Amino acid sequence: MESFTRIEGLAAALLREHIDTDIIIPSRDITSPARDGFGPKLFAPWRYFQGKADGPGGPERPDFVLNQEPWRAAVILIAGANFGCGSSREMAVWALRQFGLRCVIAPSFGAIFAGNCIKNGVLPVVLPAATVAALGALASVAVRPLMLAVDLHACQVEWPDGRSDSFSIGARDRDMLLAGLDEIDLTWQHRAEIEAFEAADRQQRPWVWGRDIAAPAP
Amino acid sequence: MPRSVIEKIWDAHVVADLGGGQTLLHIDRVFLHERTGPALLAGLAAAGRRPAHPEKVFGVMDHIVATTPGRSDATHSPQARGFITAFRERTRAAGVKLFDLHDKRQGIVHVVSPEQGIALPGMSLVCPDSHTGTVGGIGALAWGIGSTEGEHAVATQTLARARAPQMRVRFEGRLPAGVTAKDMVLALIAQYGTTGGALNGQGCAIEFAGPAVRALDVEGRMTLCNMTVEFGAWTGLVAPDDITLQWVAGRPFAPKSQAFDAACAHWRTLCSDDDTAWDAERVLDVSALEPHITWGTSPEHGGALSMRAPDPATQPAGSRRASVEKALAYMGLTPGAPLLGTPIDAAFIGSCTNSRLSDLRAAAAVIQGRHVAPGVKALVVPGSMPVKAAAEAEGLHRLFLAAGFEWRDSGCSLCFFSGGDSFGARADGQPLRVVSSTNRNFEGRQGPGVRTHLASPATVVASALAGCIADPRTGPP
Repeated sequence: MESFTRIEGLAAALLREHIDTDIIIPSRDITSPARDGFGPKLFAPWRYFQGKADGPGGPERPDFVLNQEPWRAAVILIAGANFGCGSSREMAVWALRQFGLRCVIAPSFGAIFAGNCIKNGVLPVVLPAATVAALGALASVAVRPLMLAVDLHACQVEWPDGRSDSFSIGARDRDMLLAGLDEIDLTWQHRAEIEAFEAADRQQRPWVWGRDIAAPAP
Repeated sequence: MPRSVIEKIWDAHVVADLGGGQTLLHIDRVFLHERTGPALLAGLAAAGRRPAHPEKVFGVMDHIVATTPGRSDATHSPQARGFITAFRERTRAAGVKLFDLHDKRQGIVHVVSPEQGIALPGMSLVCPDSHTGTVGGIGALAWGIGSTEGEHAVATQTLARARAPQMRVRFEGRLPAGVTAKDMVLALIAQYGTTGGALNGQGCAIEFAGPAVRALDVEGRMTLCNMTVEFGAWTGLVAPDDITLQWVAGRPFAPKSQAFDAACAHWRTLCSDDDTAWDAERVLDVSALEPHITWGTSPEHGGALSMRAPDPATQPAGSRRASVEKALAYMGLTPGAPLLGTPIDAAFIGSCTNSRLSDLRAAAAVIQGRHVAPGVKALVVPGSMPVKAAAEAEGLHRLFLAAGFEWRDSGCSLCFFSGGDSFGARADGQPLRVVSSTNRNFEGRQGPGVRTHLASPATVVASALAGCIADPRTGPP
């Protein structure tokens, strides 16, 4: 997986609460089973006028933040509470990443979305609502773009004025992100324990294992 | 040390302590679907990996298939045929059993897995779909995951997880007539919000308990557990009891005879000990509960059917007030206006929330010889083809068809908009208003601009017949 150590860059603000994965990437814009091509479809319902052909392809809406300078080049998104709630579709994270965003700062996240972020080198940072609101206000001034640094070694968000805020993240998630480790390879380091569990479980819960889970006739 | 039912199931699946608060858990069953399954299985194959236990992995076609009778791979959703054919090929190559489009057991994945007895009480089960918690209704620990986690689950039959905080949600009292499990969960989310099932930003594992839960049939319990994700929880379940065991007995993949007895002996131990230490507890008395409905674009934007649309001026200033204002504008509602009587354009019965046989029975019982109001498009999409067949055996389809409902084949259908099938369009070009038995009322969820009101199947039918949001407890005029 893609590693994440420290990024420094432009922050954009999208402070609504409950921004769901249907908005981040609508189902209708998932048109191929491939993992790429989602960047232009990010936030399609808010980013483009919806003509007869729904979704990307219509003209951009000038009122949407990621269609405005300087925020087209944002690498950090500051968002309202419960960001990424809804559908488990990992395409939502792929769309953010492929657009160029590496970090989302919000008071809270949809749980599956936050997990999906970690697996794709996108850092979900939880900060108190008041802090997020303050950052969001600073990030909304086009003539004075907000540049932030997010450091995963130190678990800190660094403001341009020298202030910093600490955030927490699970130790294993942090290690995997810092080193860009493949989780399946990591898990297979426990192969002996997995095999021991399975041998014991076959005895204790045979109905989970038996040949009965081969298909009966329809 | 007293343990909850959640801890008992968790402990039975612990493979290794990974440090840093993470545990490697064994996963009993993995379900995949055609929307994300192809990329997931392709990712595995590209890395040279195989399923560790292909017999524990199942595929179901449900997300973007057509639901019009006589359907084929040529689904209404644009470019979706590629997902269907790729999923068929990938599951075959991986040795994964597929409930394909024309399999008599096809349906919505969370309806199919317990219906076939593949999901069983006490199991751990995952699926790349956020409503996987539905299966908690039979007492399984089931949760939604992403594609990359899905690859991990298929490749290793395990997943790494941090232990979630534990919450017990007790529903006290006895549910009044005409009020359902859907109304219970909508009321819970309206009262505590979409993060009410989380503590300190962490989604809880919830046990739904109390007399009103025990009184629900297994299908109602699945409705309750279905919306734990909208409640901000990690997952939810109802501890298995006699009602559960009777429901599971005899299902095609369930253990038989002595094996079933052995399983039952284990399942009966899956209840919370008296002195379980809960991290949080929520209590809701349902004795006077009204049917519930949502007014806005988040599942927490809801209340009793008799409610009025909120006034943003009474909300705290800031992002909360802004969200309410945006939601009202999107929904085309005037602050203070009653929801009852609001004209609708369409009505939808279906989805993993409310598409099982008991839902269809409750919906059909409201019809009482009446007809869908002129100009209202109304659909019934059964949760599985076995549900459809069972409903037809009871003659429910004739009631729906005579009333003017479409009677579809099974799939996720218009729970979400994937670009093809739609509720149509209004002649005046204004956005459509839909009353829906589904779980999400997000902007655009059921189509661009579509205004979704979540409600029980009974409320959906009452509204379809009246042509406006209506109370199912009020019979024909």
